[in-house]
Amino acid sequence: MAFKKLINSKKLLSLFAMLTLFGTQVLMAQVESTTKAAEGAPAAAANAADKPSVWAGPFYYILLFLVVCCAVDIVGKILRVYDLTKQIQGKKQMNWNNITGILFLLFLILGLYGSYWSFTTQGAMILPSAASVHGEGLDTMFYVTFGITTTVFIITQILLFGFVFKYRGSDKRKATYYPHNNTIEAAWTIAPAIVLTVLVVFGFTTWRKITNHVDAEGETASIDIEVVGHQFAWELRYPGNDQKLGKMSYKLVSGTNKVGVDFKDKNSMDDLVADTLVVPVNKSIRLNIHAQDVIHSVYMPHFRVQLNAVPGLPTFFKFTPTVTTREMKAKEDNAKFEYLLYCNKICGGGHYNMQKVVRVVTEAEYQKWLAQQKPYLTDALKKELHFAETEQKEEKSENRLALNN
Amino acid sequence: MSTLSVQDHHGVHHDEHGHEHHHDTFLTKYIFSQDHKMIAKQFLITGIIMAVFAMLLSILFRIQLAYPDKAFPLMETILGRFAPEGRMDPNFYLSLVTIHGTIMVFFVLTAGLSGTFSNLLIPLQLGARDMASPFMNMLSYWLFFIASLVMIGSFFIEKGPAGPGWTIYPPLSALPKAMPGSDMGMTMWLISMVLFVASQLMGGINYVSTVLNMRTKGMDLWKMPLTIWAFFLTAILGVLAFPVLVAGVVLLIFDRSVGTSFYLSDIVLGGVPQPFEGGSPILFQHLFWFLGHPEVYIVIMPALGISSEIIATNSRKPIFGYHAMVYSLVGITVLSFIVWGHHMFVTGMNPFLGGVFMITTLIIAVPSAVKTFNYLATLWRGNIRFTPAMMFAIGLVSFFISGGLTGIYLGNAALDINLHDTYFVVAHFHLVMGSAAIFGMLAGVYHWFPKMFGRLMDEKLGYLHFWITFIGAYLVFFPMHFMGLDGVPRRYYAFTEFESFERWLSVNTFITWAAIMAAVAQVAFLFNFFYSIFFGKKTTQNPWNSNTLEWTTPIERIHGNWPGEIPTVYRWPYDYSKPGHDEDFIPQTVPYSETMSSNLPHDFENNPVGMEEYNKWTNTQRSNEEVK
Repeated sequence: MAFKKLINSKKLLSLFAMLTLFGTQVLMAQVESTTKAAEGAPAAAANAADKPSVWAGPFYYILLFLVVCCAVDIVGKILRVYDLTKQIQGKKQMNWNNITGILFLLFLILGLYGSYWSFTTQGAMILPSAASVHGEGLDTMFYVTFGITTTVFIITQILLFGFVFKYRGSDKRKATYYPHNNTIEAAWTIAPAIVLTVLVVFGFTTWRKITNHVDAEGETASIDIEVVGHQFAWELRYPGNDQKLGKMSYKLVSGTNKVGVDFKDKNSMDDLVADTLVVPVNKSIRLNIHAQDVIHSVYMPHFRVQLNAVPGLPTFFKFTPTVTTREMKAKEDNAKFEYLLYCNKICGGGHYNMQKVVRVVTEAEYQKWLAQQKPYLTDALKKELHFAETEQKEEKSENRLALNN
Repeated sequence: MSTLSVQDHHGVHHDEHGHEHHHDTFLTKYIFSQDHKMIAKQFLITGIIMAVFAMLLSILFRIQLAYPDKAFPLMETILGRFAPEGRMDPNFYLSLVTIHGTIMVFFVLTAGLSGTFSNLLIPLQLGARDMASPFMNMLSYWLFFIASLVMIGSFFIEKGPAGPGWTIYPPLSALPKAMPGSDMGMTMWLISMVLFVASQLMGGINYVSTVLNMRTKGMDLWKMPLTIWAFFLTAILGVLAFPVLVAGVVLLIFDRSVGTSFYLSDIVLGGVPQPFEGGSPILFQHLFWFLGHPEVYIVIMPALGISSEIIATNSRKPIFGYHAMVYSLVGITVLSFIVWGHHMFVTGMNPFLGGVFMITTLIIAVPSAVKTFNYLATLWRGNIRFTPAMMFAIGLVSFFISGGLTGIYLGNAALDINLHDTYFVVAHFHLVMGSAAIFGMLAGVYHWFPKMFGRLMDEKLGYLHFWITFIGAYLVFFPMHFMGLDGVPRRYYAFTEFESFERWLSVNTFITWAAIMAAVAQVAFLFNFFYSIFFGKKTTQNPWNSNTLEWTTPIERIHGNWPGEIPTVYRWPYDYSKPGHDEDFIPQTVPYSETMSSNLPHDFENNPVGMEEYNKWTNTQRSNEEVK
């Protein structure tokens, strides 16, 4: 019986060999044809040359898959033959409970090593420590949470796979009938509850501190900066000498008045437009966030800042940067380093490239930079507005007439 | 196929019933079947097909993420205008992630999981002949089927399927001009979801009423297997939460088609101010997540119920803390309704509200932790049989821990500021509700396959399937945590525009290949599943030596489930390895009077007559011993 099976698997083996031969031939043929094509058409050469390096053609992969399937089948057949011969000889069969138990243990060990590797190698690639005042508090909380969860992670996974290995099945043993134990259950309800209470209290106070925007007495007012998101870019507006941003309304948006600033508000007159979000270090910044079309999200991970830009719902986020771009370049040892603001809420086809450079500079540099920025009220806009104002006056007088009548 | 032999006290009725079904045509048996077992199989196979479809979509966008600069001529062959010159269109990429998420969450892990196992197990494990309303049950499947067709059909329209993410936040989803995926495809998405919710409601009402009204004699609530508890609470969640999604969706349809402004205000499109005023995009998010958050528990609770049953059976041990397991499920059910705001910490919602939602969210970690510890305690000193089902259940526990712990970061409003919508979130929910739930579903398929098809699946192929999928899932999702911690956003078509993300390209390539490996491993499952339906080894009546009622039905799966009277239940379902009994399991149908040697005083807590009998018996035993 078992012998017959062996023959059977030999057939499969020869089939496997044939397939591999066939496979290599096809592959060779393909390589040849691509090289021929490369010789024939020099223009297409560049394309053809880098294609096979990632993509050897679907046929190759299908073949590879079939080969793997055959290999799996052969291994399965061999296992069955092995088992059957053992059975015929009256010896013990393969104990899959043991094999699987050991595999689980192996998985635990390799998995723990893998996590360790991941934590050290990829963990080193994460964001640098926060470059803002509130961000430092967040980082502390992050590491507290990290410590607790990682400990729990390691212990529970060890227990899980440890038990799975240790109590793998055997015909000789019977499991322990142990349906419940109120003390233990109470203990492991209360323990996580306590840990979570600590995290909740810690998190709640941190969260309130970040979102509590009332300026303390004697604190200098934050610098107001407006950021408006639309598909697929950000517009920036700085207040002028009056330190106040003028009002805006989506109804005033036009080709020249991109964000719809309302020039009936005197504060608007000296507002400035900027290309880069430049902010002075160690000053409180208040980002006023707007969206014109769909929801966007202002995300500046280095400062631990994120808030959605919602059409119809102006929001703001206050933060104080603590590390200048120059310092960060040195710290990261990367001359090209820039802080970034990018969109983090799906907003359409260009979502993946909606970014603004953020530059943190010293106060002196900031003032110098600010002086160079162009006013929002451009000549073109002035022209358009004058036109509009006269029109409006006419309308008003007409209205009055109508009322008088 | 006949129920002529049905002879309980409803015998007369059932005989008539039987005559009606005597001439079962192909149409009434396989297509418009009202038999809960057949409907379960319909849900399962449709669910598997949808899962394969959604998995292939994920491979497509993973290839895009791994090789953003390369052109794949084959892609143009398959996708046509969605991948001109072999390069995927950014809008189509968003459609892929949208449909992948929608299908996986709703069509596979809600309908495919609950639909299959609630339908199969509720009548079988409770001792009922069918669902409370078999006709509604059939409608439930067919609405689901039509919803699936509409969803897949959206790939065949000009501008492609819906693309604003599976959460379809307006205004992006409300303004057809905002992206191609908000046009016709979005309309089809909405139609599909309305049909889907109708299907879920019919199913859910059926499950609830069957559990409450149709339990066999002796099956009180505290004798129900944990699977049934999980399905029951899931159905309640679904019935309460799904209508809210329909409300939200209907308002969105109005905004899209009738010109209302429920979700729209202050909008400028293409430089032109739009007439919408007074709406709020945040309103939609509230409505969506009022379903959306219970939804993730709708996905995971059945998986937890299934794994409770499988872990107890295969550890040959009673589930540890049965009552605690039920109470934690109840706790999760109740709490899941008051945590939805944790999806909206940074949307501009009132920050104080954010703080409140953070508290409720972290509370929900307690019942989840209790469940995990109880699983561990069940394994402790067990006698574990590694059937493929058991391995998948163990995998589920591992994923549930790994993914659950990262939830503690995301549930914390302050930490969420920097993690919201990054790959950290992707890693979190793919582990805790994606992988864990799909592992629960696969465990269920391996475990109840004999009940569904009368044959066994191949164990060795099951092992292979498990190991590759288990390792593959960790390889795919573990590195994503670190990408998230580096501020890499999700739903980005390519990371080529950011210099700082370029170092993650090698990780992305690695993840893609791990995903392809795991996807290929599913072929082992598909082959095993479909092959075993026809050619698998024939099963015995109770292949896993299990206690629950479904294994007392004949292998032939007759309409009406039991040929004779419905069995009576005398005990809870977890009397495994009870000391004093010669076998390591005592089915629920065995009365205590037949197992005097293994009874415990605890068994008679609310049963004074039984207690008396028990005391009498122990006294005689004792006196006998004294005589000796």
